[in-house]
Amino acid sequence: MRGLLDWLDHRTGYRDVFKAALYERIPGGPRWRYIWGSALTYAIVIQFITGLLLWAAYSANAQGAWESVYFIQYEMWGGWLLRGIHHYMAQVTVVLLLLHLMQIVIDGAYRAPREVNFWFGLAMLGLVLGLSLTGYLLPWDQKGFWATKVATSIAAITPVVGPAMQKFLVGGAEYGHHTLTRFFALHAGIIPAALVFLIAAHIYLFRRHGITVRDPDRAPEAMFWPDQVLRDAVAMLAVIATVLILVLVRGTELGAPADPTEPYAAARPEWYFMFLFQWLKYFPAGWEVFGAMIVPGVIVTVVALMPIIGNWEMGHRFNVGLLSALILGIGLLTYLGYAQDRADPEFLAAKEQADREAERIEHLASAPAGIPPTGALSLVRTDPLTQGPKLFASNCASCHTYDGHDGLGLPPAEDPTASDLAGFGSREWLEGLFDPQRIATLEYFGGTQFRNGEMARFVQRGIPNAWTDEQRAELPYVIKALSAEAGLTRQQAADSVEAADVERGRTAMTTGFVNCIECHTYRGVDAEDPEGPVLTGWASREWMLRMVDNPAHDDFYGDDNDRMPPFGEDGILTETEMELIVDWIRQDWYRATVQVDESEAEAVEVGSAGG
Amino acid sequence: MSDETPKADGAPRRNFLTAMGAVVAAGLAGVAPVLAGIATLLDPLRRSSDDQPMVLVTKLAVVPDDGIPRKFTVTADRVDAWTTYQNTPVGAVYLTRTPDGIQCLNVVCPHAGCFVNLAPGATHFACPCHRSQFALDGTIADPASPSPRAMDELDVEIRNGDEVWVRFQNFQPGQEHKVPIV
Repeated sequence: MRGLLDWLDHRTGYRDVFKAALYERIPGGPRWRYIWGSALTYAIVIQFITGLLLWAAYSANAQGAWESVYFIQYEMWGGWLLRGIHHYMAQVTVVLLLLHLMQIVIDGAYRAPREVNFWFGLAMLGLVLGLSLTGYLLPWDQKGFWATKVATSIAAITPVVGPAMQKFLVGGAEYGHHTLTRFFALHAGIIPAALVFLIAAHIYLFRRHGITVRDPDRAPEAMFWPDQVLRDAVAMLAVIATVLILVLVRGTELGAPADPTEPYAAARPEWYFMFLFQWLKYFPAGWEVFGAMIVPGVIVTVVALMPIIGNWEMGHRFNVGLLSALILGIGLLTYLGYAQDRADPEFLAAKEQADREAERIEHLASAPAGIPPTGALSLVRTDPLTQGPKLFASNCASCHTYDGHDGLGLPPAEDPTASDLAGFGSREWLEGLFDPQRIATLEYFGGTQFRNGEMARFVQRGIPNAWTDEQRAELPYVIKALSAEAGLTRQQAADSVEAADVERGRTAMTTGFVNCIECHTYRGVDAEDPEGPVLTGWASREWMLRMVDNPAHDDFYGDDNDRMPPFGEDGILTETEMELIVDWIRQDWYRATVQVDESEAEAVEVGSAGG
Repeated sequence: MSDETPKADGAPRRNFLTAMGAVVAAGLAGVAPVLAGIATLLDPLRRSSDDQPMVLVTKLAVVPDDGIPRKFTVTADRVDAWTTYQNTPVGAVYLTRTPDGIQCLNVVCPHAGCFVNLAPGATHFACPCHRSQFALDGTIADPASPSPRAMDELDVEIRNGDEVWVRFQNFQPGQEHKVPIV
């Protein structure tokens, strides 16, 4: 073995290289305060390794990026851990960079002859921030998409070259495939290559100049290996421990897939860019270039001049003061940014909705049907649970409510002028309709012209006064029969178990034992005086779709229709949109288990209604 | 490594020519790949879609007649590099009835490209990102708004009596004047 290594050394000289690398003299002995550079190098090496392995599973295109990240995060062995380490190590790298910079400035380690190395360091800080910015977009989720879009829009305000620069960066007029391919080339190729070059030069210069020691007589001189390396290794362990705790405790977020047409009010940059985001709020129109470019440019220039300034009398103190002021200012802006968001109900609602949508798409993507070739976005766009509330809020909520809110959880601005549609078609909904105390409230007909109509009179006076006890005894069966017409998926079990009750209700209705067929056509029996909607298939999917299509059709309200527009006939809503609303009201959306028990259905409903 | 560098025959001139030759030859060797690379990289700059066609957005009857803006999704064909999406959502607009007809505003904030919301109560527009505020006609409502211009108004036409057609376009954010993104 020894002979073989001797031979190898003779041919390559590797021992000298090792020796040069490990036996660096450290006057004053090893110290904990020297660990930052090594910890940082470690963090960057980990990013290279995890990044390359993520690359082996990632696909940079608008219909595959989110999907491949979803697959890494939720399907592949250890994918969540790999992505989690890369995600949090990126943030730890930024923190370590700042600490390293502070240490260098406080120790005055930028002074001659180390100016160039200080500049290399600053350049690397810029590159690492560039990696963060480009990496944020790659999962192609709502958060990364919209936050990055704001960032490239700011690039576009650069005088003269701005628009062309933006188009060059984005790879076209709009975000798309080429934005991803370009950002990925920057993130995984160009910036890392530049970083490797700068790290090599940085370490070479560091070795050339030697370590900056304040107090060489503190302890006997030692060697880098093994004394300092032990401390450095402990620091690396601390770094990875921090990252692993973050991965395990916080998890790694993946938002809903990017949708260029879906506003995302909760778009915020990664936390270490939050100060810039907050900073820009203070610049009114016409001052953006000043705020976003000139001020930061001046600050970066002054920081870059620190090695020169440090030579002046008081220069070093100025540098330390400036850096402290900068860090305080950045801290304050970051705090203000988050404090304002926390106090903003709209932001909080948007954030909550985003979290819910992220959870929902994960659920949909893991369904047996999986993700179609058109991508996960088509799952989002055809999901009643996701789209229903939004469509309801913008098309129905000016008259109707859903469980007292507008579908998205906000209370209606004015009193509703039509019924509350939560649970429409169910037995509970009908029990309320047939309740003399409730039929004329805003929950049902209270806001409509039917408040004083035949049906309201019938429920309020007819049933209690004119009906016989035998007729009244049939009412629960009528409700079951009518509700069975809706064919609600979630009521399927009850409808089939109680088929006899349903049949009894039907008989009561079709024979005219109860008075429904006076006004309503039902199961082949024509109404004597057809004033009310047809009850055959009442509240079924098809019935509701036809009703929304044109409520003034003779099968529904005819000439008595009260203000509800013909959404389908007038082209206000497309067929698909009507289906999404109807399926949402009927609570017909994909669930992981076919047999949903009541409490679970309730939980999903509450989840969708929460805000 | 004791070999001495062979002395050239005292000919700095020949040395210079050799050096020049080396630089030129090596430089030429790199021309084709570099040029090809730059051309491909710059390709997006040459692609532009100057004439945006009008697209049908909705029926006139659907636009509320109380002067409150209403948001409509705009669907059109969209080409993204190698993929063509047919009849896909490409953006959204606010349509408002005015005494002169219909006003159409792009929902994108001219400041940094976020989507502007109609504030609760429909009193004004508010951008959720950097707090720009716009009146219902799209003009800047709050002088502290960071937006450099009013919301972007789009060409709108009523065809066949009741169809609202819009020339859907996005504009460069952050500029004082509307510059179409093409």
